[in-house]
Amino acid sequence: MAGSIEERIAFGPGAGTADLVQPLAGRLHEWIITVDYKRLGLMYIAGGLFYFVVAGLQASTIRLQLAVPDAGIVSPQVFNRLLTLHGTAMVFLVGMPILIGFFNYLVPLMIGARDLAFPRLNSFGYWLWFFGALLLYFSYIGGGGLQGMGSAPAVGWFAYAPLTETPFSRGNSTDYWILSIFLTSVGSTATAINLITTAFTMRCPGMTLNKMPVLVWLAVVDAGLMLVALPPLSAAQVMLLLDRYFGAHFFDTQAGGSALLWQHFFWIFGHPEVYVLVIPAFAFASEIIPVFSRKVIFGYEVMVAASCAIGFISLGVWAHHMFAVGMTPAGNAFFVTSTMLVGIPTGIKIFNWLGTMWGGRIRLRVPMLFSIAFLFQFLISGLTGIMLAVAPFDWQLTDTYFVVAHFHYVLIGAIVFMIFAAIYYWFPKATGKMLDERLGQFHFWLFFFGFHLTFDTLHLAGLAGMPRRIYTYQPGRGFEELNLIASIGVILQALGVITLVYNIIRSLVAGRPAGKDPWDAWTLEWLTTSPPPEYNFTQVPTVHSRRPLWDLKHPGDPDWKYE
Amino acid sequence: MSSAAQLRMGAATHTMDAPPLIPDPWALPSRGRAGMIALIITDSAFFTIFVAAYVFYIGKSLAPPYPHDVLSYPLFNTGCLLSSSLTIVIASRALHQGSIRKFAAWWFVTLVLGVEFLIGTGREWHRLIYQVGLTLRTNLFGTTYYSLVGLHALHVTIGATAIALIMGLTWSGAVTQQHAERIEVFSWYWHFVDAVWVVVFLTVYVVSTR
Repeated sequence: MAGSIEERIAFGPGAGTADLVQPLAGRLHEWIITVDYKRLGLMYIAGGLFYFVVAGLQASTIRLQLAVPDAGIVSPQVFNRLLTLHGTAMVFLVGMPILIGFFNYLVPLMIGARDLAFPRLNSFGYWLWFFGALLLYFSYIGGGGLQGMGSAPAVGWFAYAPLTETPFSRGNSTDYWILSIFLTSVGSTATAINLITTAFTMRCPGMTLNKMPVLVWLAVVDAGLMLVALPPLSAAQVMLLLDRYFGAHFFDTQAGGSALLWQHFFWIFGHPEVYVLVIPAFAFASEIIPVFSRKVIFGYEVMVAASCAIGFISLGVWAHHMFAVGMTPAGNAFFVTSTMLVGIPTGIKIFNWLGTMWGGRIRLRVPMLFSIAFLFQFLISGLTGIMLAVAPFDWQLTDTYFVVAHFHYVLIGAIVFMIFAAIYYWFPKATGKMLDERLGQFHFWLFFFGFHLTFDTLHLAGLAGMPRRIYTYQPGRGFEELNLIASIGVILQALGVITLVYNIIRSLVAGRPAGKDPWDAWTLEWLTTSPPPEYNFTQVPTVHSRRPLWDLKHPGDPDWKYE
Repeated sequence: MSSAAQLRMGAATHTMDAPPLIPDPWALPSRGRAGMIALIITDSAFFTIFVAAYVFYIGKSLAPPYPHDVLSYPLFNTGCLLSSSLTIVIASRALHQGSIRKFAAWWFVTLVLGVEFLIGTGREWHRLIYQVGLTLRTNLFGTTYYSLVGLHALHVTIGATAIALIMGLTWSGAVTQQHAERIEVFSWYWHFVDAVWVVVFLTVYVVSTR
């Protein structure tokens, strides 16, 4: 069988630098000029994790301020900056780079290719992201501008007009918000072009489209969504810059411009963006759950079709973020219906994952723990999503902590949990070292209980009427206990993340060697060494089924007999 | 029986003895084509928002001038740009057949047509700014007109610059038949810019002047 034996070659990433013993400057220079997609993928993930800690600390400060009434730890202005940067950074500086990094690293390996289609474009995209990310936090220094007004942006992550227009947003803080997001979005678009092209043109012999791993299919759907969802925000940001610097009137209500138009443009981007972030979580779950259930994924074709349907429907639901604006009954009806439609393919996916686990020999290792928690938490976030899709219900609860709790259930309960699962699952491949199982279990339970303490209670605070984005509240309104519990949950989550960081460092220094295939998995990335050499496979593999490694390990009963 | 037919038969039965045949050679679409299609999709999304803003603000300007007072059909310009799509196809096909001289001639015509379009746009803007007094600041029409037409002109400028670069490379003898596919992929971008012009022409010069 072609490509079944891979040999450890000295100059793979990580190994080569050690062998050549270059001076530190030379080694850093290598990382800067690299066009190796695996290095860039790891750089994306490392950068994302760095900002995860930064924006997480900002969130912790927010929760500290809200732990008790009239806490007075930060001023209202500082609070607004904290929540703007927390939201913006978690989406563009954490979620996007980590997910892009994983796809970068995994897609070529999983389709048996040696590289992405456009390696230099990949490096270009990374450095756009890198400097865009720096610009966002540089606003703390440069945001005051010549007028010395403000520092970091304080306009919220969706930056509603006309608050962002020059009269209401002096100084340069909003400009930093615009430029930072614009650059990172262009970088992400470049990666999306790269991923789609790679999946369609670089697959190894035998890997027809319906033999691609589910993760690669979801990478294609995700990249397709990025192609059409990111440009609307970039375009609207160009308009905003024209308003601010050239006297245009796009969102200038004094000259007949429409503040509502910004909301439409933002959410035409903003809603699909949620799916851009969550589809990679689906992708990780679709690889991890079968391996730890020892079963082939249930309903491959339906899974792929449901993902395409989710991507498609998500382009037509944006105004459910705007029910409170007051739309026509026809508009309300359309966006209520289209939003509820998303529930159908999503439900299909949940049943498929359950069907995969059903009757399997489930191994409760750390990646599987996170995946199972993901299933239930994602289900709950989907159900509160359907509640919020009902326009009259949304009128009651819009801009309350119920909404905050709902989308954090998606962003943390689904996406961050699956990112953790993916880290535990693919860390051995990328580094050649296993993460410690006991520390991982510790991390899981700390984070799990912390997450539920914080966000289950915030649903109740929202139902009790607590508005989002308030910097403090008075005693005696029924918010105190709930907020205190929520803030205590943050401590457990932080301890969980510290455990993960400690686990990673400990494993890098003295981890147990992983070998090629520590999980007894079935996709092509486990065929090569850990870490893989720069060119991935000494011989390009040939596949005959969706689980090529199963075929290799069980020549008497290969999958291609049944597909 | 062709290998493709065997593949289909293999997929239909569930009791195969040998793994399904893999077509040889294993051929997939070219990277350049797939990448260009993706680029065009994402650029279309970008344009769509500017067109939407233009259409949304038709008739909402609080002060004159209004489109029907100051705009006239740029027919010559439009003719130049649309025919440049034809000339670039002729040039690209000539290169596929290995005729460098014919390629160079038609490529040059394409460049001239593209530059002429930019000059025409410049003249229109000069008239609007200095005679009519319409700028980005004047009203919503000025804001949306200059941004949409300007965004398109930016795309033409990028395309014309690339065409000029390839023209120089051709004259220096660096372009050969083996570059035919790349030239064709690039020409797709040029067709896209043309197609966007059709949309811009219809919304700006036809619909909004009614």
